[in-house]
Amino acid sequence: MSYLTRQPLSLDALLKSVGGPERGGTCAFLGTVRDEKGPSGVTGIEYSAYDAMVESELDKIVAEARDRWPDARVAVRHRLGFIAAGEASIAIAAAAPHRAEAFDACRYVIEQVKKRLPVWKKELRRDGSAVWVDHQPVHTP
Amino acid sequence: MARHHGLGQLTMPAVRVLFFAHYAEALGRDETVVDVNLPATIRDVVRSVRALPGGQQLPESPLTALNAAHARLDARVNDGDEVALLPPLAGG
Repeated sequence: MSYLTRQPLSLDALLKSVGGPERGGTCAFLGTVRDEKGPSGVTGIEYSAYDAMVESELDKIVAEARDRWPDARVAVRHRLGFIAAGEASIAIAAAAPHRAEAFDACRYVIEQVKKRLPVWKKELRRDGSAVWVDHQPVHTP
Repeated sequence: MARHHGLGQLTMPAVRVLFFAHYAEALGRDETVVDVNLPATIRDVVRSVRALPGGQQLPESPLTALNAAHARLDARVNDGDEVALLPPLAGG
Protein backbone atom coordinates (compact mmCIF):
# COMPACT_ATOMS: atom_id res chain seq x y z
CA MET A 1 0.00 0.00 0.00
CA SER A 2 1.20 3.52 -0.75
CA TYR A 3 2.38 5.72 2.08
CA LEU A 4 0.76 8.69 0.34
CA THR A 5 -2.87 9.69 0.11
CA ARG A 6 -4.88 12.73 -0.88
CA GLN A 7 -7.73 11.72 1.42
CA PRO A 8 -8.14 12.54 5.12
CA LEU A 9 -5.97 10.30 7.25
CA SER A 10 -7.47 7.52 9.34
CA LEU A 11 -5.55 6.86 12.52
CA ASP A 12 -7.93 3.97 13.28
CA ALA A 13 -6.80 2.13 10.15
CA LEU A 14 -3.14 2.55 11.12
CA LEU A 15 -3.78 1.40 14.69
CA LYS A 16 -5.51 -1.72 13.43
CA SER A 17 -2.61 -2.49 11.09
CA VAL A 18 -0.01 -2.47 13.90
CA GLY A 19 -2.04 -3.88 16.78
CA GLY A 20 -1.88 -7.43 18.08
CA PRO A 21 -2.34 -9.31 21.35
CA GLU A 22 1.41 -9.65 21.88
CA ARG A 23 1.91 -5.88 21.60
CA GLY A 24 0.80 -4.21 24.80
CA GLY A 25 1.88 -0.65 24.06
CA THR A 26 0.73 1.48 21.16
CA CYS A 27 1.90 5.02 20.40
CA ALA A 28 0.17 7.25 17.86
CA PHE A 29 1.41 10.52 16.40
CA LEU A 30 -0.60 12.99 14.33
CA GLY A 31 1.01 16.00 12.71
CA THR A 32 -1.61 18.67 12.01
CA VAL A 33 -1.62 21.94 10.10
CA ARG A 34 -1.03 24.69 12.64
CA ASP A 35 -2.80 28.04 12.53
CA GLU A 36 -1.50 31.25 14.02
CA LYS A 37 -3.40 34.28 15.23
CA GLY A 38 -3.33 37.44 13.18
CA PRO A 39 -3.29 38.33 9.46
CA SER A 40 -0.47 35.91 8.75
CA GLY A 41 -2.53 33.07 10.15
CA VAL A 42 -2.67 29.91 8.08
CA THR A 43 -5.92 28.73 6.53
CA GLY A 44 -4.28 25.62 5.15
CA ILE A 45 -1.20 24.15 3.54
CA GLU A 46 -0.73 22.74 0.05
CA TYR A 47 1.54 19.70 0.31
CA SER A 48 3.50 18.39 -2.67
CA ALA A 49 6.09 15.63 -2.92
CA TYR A 50 8.52 13.64 -5.01
CA ASP A 51 6.16 10.68 -4.77
CA ALA A 52 8.49 7.88 -5.88
CA MET A 53 11.19 8.98 -3.47
CA VAL A 54 8.73 9.34 -0.59
CA GLU A 55 7.73 5.72 -1.12
CA SER A 56 11.32 4.47 -1.18
CA GLU A 57 12.48 6.62 1.76
CA LEU A 58 9.56 5.51 3.91
CA ASP A 59 10.29 1.90 3.00
CA LYS A 60 13.81 2.48 4.33
CA ILE A 61 12.67 4.31 7.47
CA VAL A 62 10.13 1.61 8.36
CA ALA A 63 12.76 -1.09 7.75
CA GLU A 64 15.23 0.78 9.97
CA ALA A 65 12.62 0.99 12.73
CA ARG A 66 12.03 -2.75 12.39
CA ASP A 67 15.77 -3.41 12.64
CA ARG A 68 16.05 -1.29 15.78
CA TRP A 69 12.90 -2.58 17.47
CA PRO A 70 12.30 -6.04 15.98
CA ASP A 71 9.19 -6.69 18.05
CA ALA A 72 7.56 -3.39 17.09
CA ARG A 73 5.23 -2.75 14.18
CA VAL A 74 5.01 0.71 12.64
CA ALA A 75 2.70 2.22 10.06
CA VAL A 76 2.79 5.69 8.52
CA ARG A 77 0.72 7.68 6.03
CA HIS A 78 1.40 11.17 4.66
CA ARG A 79 -1.35 13.23 3.11
CA LEU A 80 -0.76 15.48 0.08
CA GLY A 81 -2.75 18.28 -1.56
CA PHE A 82 -4.60 21.03 0.29
CA ILE A 83 -4.99 20.36 4.01
CA ALA A 84 -7.00 22.80 6.10
CA ALA A 85 -5.70 24.11 9.43
CA GLY A 86 -6.42 21.61 12.18
CA GLU A 87 -6.41 18.59 9.87
CA ALA A 88 -3.68 15.96 9.92
CA SER A 89 -0.89 15.81 7.35
CA ILE A 90 0.87 12.76 8.77
CA ALA A 91 -0.16 9.85 10.96
CA ILE A 92 2.16 7.32 12.55
CA ALA A 93 1.27 4.34 14.70
CA ALA A 94 3.77 2.13 16.49
CA ALA A 95 2.92 -0.90 18.59
CA ALA A 96 5.34 -3.01 20.62
CA PRO A 97 5.29 -5.45 23.53
CA HIS A 98 6.13 -2.57 25.89
CA ARG A 99 5.53 1.18 25.78
CA ALA A 100 9.18 2.23 25.63
CA GLU A 101 9.74 0.58 22.24
CA ALA A 102 6.44 1.92 20.94
CA PHE A 103 7.34 5.51 21.90
CA ASP A 104 10.88 5.13 20.58
CA ALA A 105 9.83 3.63 17.24
CA CYS A 106 7.16 6.28 16.71
CA ARG A 107 9.59 9.08 17.56
CA TYR A 108 12.23 7.59 15.26
CA VAL A 109 9.86 7.56 12.30
CA ILE A 110 8.69 11.18 12.65
CA GLU A 111 12.23 12.47 13.22
CA GLN A 112 13.51 10.67 10.11
CA VAL A 113 10.52 11.91 8.11
CA LYS A 114 11.46 15.48 9.05
CA LYS A 115 15.07 14.95 7.97
CA ARG A 116 14.65 12.86 4.85
CA LEU A 117 11.21 12.98 3.24
CA PRO A 118 10.99 14.99 -0.02
CA VAL A 119 7.78 16.85 0.82
CA TRP A 120 7.15 20.58 0.50
CA LYS A 121 4.57 22.92 1.99
CA LYS A 122 3.04 26.08 0.65
CA GLU A 123 1.22 27.94 3.41
CA LEU A 124 -1.97 29.67 2.36
CA ARG A 125 -2.47 32.62 4.66
CA ARG A 126 -5.50 34.50 5.82
CA ASP A 127 -4.35 37.69 4.05
CA GLY A 128 -4.44 35.85 0.70
CA SER A 129 -0.70 35.38 0.35
CA ALA A 130 1.00 32.03 -0.23
CA VAL A 131 4.42 31.22 1.18
CA TRP A 132 6.69 28.25 0.68
CA VAL A 133 7.73 27.11 4.12
CA ASP A 134 11.42 28.00 4.62
CA HIS A 135 11.27 30.24 1.57
CA GLN A 136 10.29 33.71 0.42
CA PRO A 137 6.72 34.82 -0.36
CA VAL A 138 5.58 33.69 -3.79
CA HIS A 139 2.36 35.66 -4.12
CA THR A 140 0.96 38.74 -2.46
CA PRO A 141 -2.32 40.13 -3.84
CA MET B 1 17.97 8.53 -22.64
CA ALA B 2 20.94 9.30 -24.90
CA ARG B 3 19.83 11.95 -27.35
CA HIS B 4 20.59 11.95 -31.05
CA HIS B 5 22.31 14.95 -32.49
CA GLY B 6 22.89 15.97 -36.08
CA LEU B 7 22.11 13.19 -38.49
CA GLY B 8 21.67 10.58 -35.82
CA GLN B 9 25.28 9.52 -36.03
CA LEU B 10 26.19 10.83 -32.60
CA THR B 11 24.47 10.38 -29.30
CA MET B 12 24.98 12.40 -26.17
CA PRO B 13 24.48 10.87 -22.73
CA ALA B 14 21.63 12.62 -20.95
CA VAL B 15 19.91 12.63 -17.58
CA ARG B 16 16.35 13.52 -16.66
CA VAL B 17 16.20 16.28 -14.04
CA LEU B 18 13.19 16.85 -11.77
CA PHE B 19 12.28 20.11 -10.03
CA PHE B 20 9.91 20.63 -7.13
CA ALA B 21 8.17 23.38 -5.19
CA HIS B 22 9.78 26.82 -5.64
CA TYR B 23 12.57 25.39 -7.79
CA ALA B 24 9.93 24.29 -10.31
CA GLU B 25 8.32 27.74 -10.10
CA ALA B 26 11.67 29.47 -10.66
CA LEU B 27 12.37 27.39 -13.77
CA GLY B 28 8.79 27.39 -15.05
CA ARG B 29 8.79 23.61 -15.45
CA ASP B 30 8.99 20.50 -13.33
CA GLU B 31 11.48 18.54 -15.38
CA THR B 32 14.00 18.76 -18.20
CA VAL B 33 16.65 16.65 -19.93
CA VAL B 34 20.30 17.69 -19.58
CA ASP B 35 23.12 16.43 -21.81
CA VAL B 36 26.23 15.38 -19.90
CA ASN B 37 29.81 14.70 -20.88
CA LEU B 38 30.79 11.53 -19.03
CA PRO B 39 32.29 11.16 -16.54
CA ALA B 40 29.99 13.65 -14.87
CA THR B 41 28.61 14.32 -11.40
CA ILE B 42 25.40 15.76 -10.03
CA ARG B 43 27.30 19.00 -9.54
CA ASP B 44 27.77 19.20 -13.34
CA VAL B 45 24.03 18.68 -13.79
CA VAL B 46 23.25 21.44 -11.28
CA ARG B 47 25.62 23.76 -13.16
CA SER B 48 23.73 23.10 -16.40
CA VAL B 49 20.38 23.69 -14.73
CA ARG B 50 21.54 26.99 -13.23
CA ALA B 51 22.38 28.16 -16.77
CA LEU B 52 18.70 27.76 -17.79
CA PRO B 53 16.32 30.74 -17.63
CA GLY B 54 15.39 31.14 -13.95
CA GLY B 55 18.10 28.72 -12.87
CA GLN B 56 20.13 31.40 -11.10
CA GLN B 57 17.45 31.44 -8.40
CA LEU B 58 18.55 27.94 -7.39
CA PRO B 59 21.44 27.56 -4.95
CA GLU B 60 24.81 26.32 -6.20
CA SER B 61 24.65 23.39 -3.80
CA PRO B 62 21.05 22.25 -3.40
CA LEU B 63 19.93 19.01 -1.82
CA THR B 64 19.85 16.39 -4.55
CA ALA B 65 18.67 12.87 -5.22
CA LEU B 66 19.84 10.29 -7.75
CA ASN B 67 17.30 7.74 -8.93
CA ALA B 68 14.99 8.58 -6.02
CA ALA B 69 17.61 8.29 -3.25
CA HIS B 70 19.45 11.08 -1.45
CA ALA B 71 22.82 11.68 -3.10
CA ARG B 72 25.81 13.97 -2.71
CA LEU B 73 26.78 16.52 -5.32
CA ASP B 74 29.92 14.54 -6.17
CA ALA B 75 27.94 11.39 -7.02
CA ARG B 76 28.57 10.13 -10.56
CA VAL B 77 25.69 10.21 -13.03
CA ASN B 78 25.17 7.89 -15.99
CA ASP B 79 23.11 8.03 -19.13
CA GLY B 80 19.43 7.62 -18.31
CA ASP B 81 19.73 8.53 -14.63
CA GLU B 82 17.08 10.61 -12.89
CA VAL B 83 18.45 13.53 -10.86
CA ALA B 84 16.16 15.55 -8.58
CA LEU B 85 16.91 18.98 -7.14
CA LEU B 86 15.22 19.21 -3.76
CA PRO B 87 14.28 22.46 -2.01
CA PRO B 88 14.66 22.41 1.79
CA LEU B 89 12.58 19.49 3.01
CA ALA B 90 9.38 20.21 4.91
CA GLY B 91 7.64 16.87 5.39
CA GLY B 92 5.46 15.86 8.30
